[in-house]
Amino acid sequence: MIDHGNYIPTPVVSGPEVLQVRDGEQARRTILLQHPGDVAGFTGAVVGTDASLELIFIVLPGISAEIPLTVDLCGEHAQATLAGIYLASGAENADSVTFDIKMCHRVPNCTSRQLFNGLAAGSARCNFFGRIIVAPDAQQTEAYQENHNILLSEEARINTKPQLEIYADDVKCSHGATIGRLNEDEQFYMRSRGIPEEEAKVLQMISFVAPVVTRLEDPELIGRIEQEIQKLAKT
Amino acid sequence: MSHEILLKISGLRVRVADREILGGIDLEIRRGEIHAVMGPNGAGKSTLAAILTGKPNYEVTDGSVEFLGRDLLAMKPEERAWAGIFLSFQYPIEIPGVSITNFMKTAIQAQRKARGQEPMKAGDFLKLMKEKMALVQMKPEFAKREVNVGFSGGEKKRNEIFQMAMLNPILSILDETDSGLDVDALKIVADGVDALHTPETAAIIITHYPKLLEYLRPDVVHVLKAGRIVATGGRDIIDRIEKSGFEQF
Repeated sequence: MIDHGNYIPTPVVSGPEVLQVRDGEQARRTILLQHPGDVAGFTGAVVGTDASLELIFIVLPGISAEIPLTVDLCGEHAQATLAGIYLASGAENADSVTFDIKMCHRVPNCTSRQLFNGLAAGSARCNFFGRIIVAPDAQQTEAYQENHNILLSEEARINTKPQLEIYADDVKCSHGATIGRLNEDEQFYMRSRGIPEEEAKVLQMISFVAPVVTRLEDPELIGRIEQEIQKLAKT
Repeated sequence: MSHEILLKISGLRVRVADREILGGIDLEIRRGEIHAVMGPNGAGKSTLAAILTGKPNYEVTDGSVEFLGRDLLAMKPEERAWAGIFLSFQYPIEIPGVSITNFMKTAIQAQRKARGQEPMKAGDFLKLMKEKMALVQMKPEFAKREVNVGFSGGEKKRNEIFQMAMLNPILSILDETDSGLDVDALKIVADGVDALHTPETAAIIITHYPKLLEYLRPDVVHVLKAGRIVATGGRDIIDRIEKSGFEQF
């Protein structure tokens, strides 16, 4: 007999701010937050049988944002991919970025992947709260979550809190969170080849966000991100 | 006729974390010369390479280093590269997410910009890449690989000499480039270095094995021991080291 522990079922998200991905559908959205006051426009998503959802969040410097998101995987073989980057410049205390994500595996055979990479400069404050909840019936779940962060200043702060709540016994789940700084050995290697320090940092930052950025299709947005990273390297 | 002095090290003392590693080094290198610096582990050989290329966290307590008449120690690592100094790393660094092509393109264009030259054209760059990869027998697919990520020891060292060929330095410092290489890889690396050597350039070869020096035939051999140069001479010193090690010095 499975011990269901203290699993407390919650209602599936509903309301006008919920994306509905119906059975068999595929949905893909890029959410760009670039001006103060920009919001994602939804706080939840429901993914049906054989449906897939891909959300890519791009948070550019100079804004504060709180992004709560609950994803309910409600039909078998539903898939959800959440990817995101946040570039927080921390200028004039403007940047406080918080992701608060709940990924709920409610039925068997669903897959979820999350990858969020953040850069925090100046006096930026970034929070990443990521919960994966696997219901007692949701066997054969695959759920992965990664959150990597780089601090670009002494004052910047990152708070990452991954949580796994697994009530089924036949699942594959993992999470990983890191907070670090740009690698100085890499920088010296590049500089010894004549690459200026600032450009070396840009290369490092671009490669750091690449796993998310390569998912984007809009060359203008990719160029914009690179420009913002070049600005961050100057701070 | 003696050639122009490239590098002049005078009374150089260096500390790392409060320990003196180099205790007064004097060394003069002219264009066209190959110098070997040999010595046991911990003699300060790699510190010498680090100091010449501007690695952070080394403290010069006394002495000076001039490169083509300029105060080398006052220059940033990238400025030293622009001036024509190259280091083949003993332990080449992995740079995940950056391809060799992108890495080399960035380096070459940065160096050209610093020297007031026009950017290299894309076609010329790719041609140069192909030519120099062939020199050290690197397979073409390496152009797309991330710098040193997943490379074997030999592949990393060949990649160093490839970069040296691309950047065409005036003074090359090869720090233990021979360590961890099998005979074939050693031959490839040695041939590469040999092909790049001209009467205008110079090299410092740091090693504790004589094998590489059989191929590269240095003009001057120095023995570095406990942070000092304890012997300087011709290739006969290599034979003495092979026979009786570093104890005799």
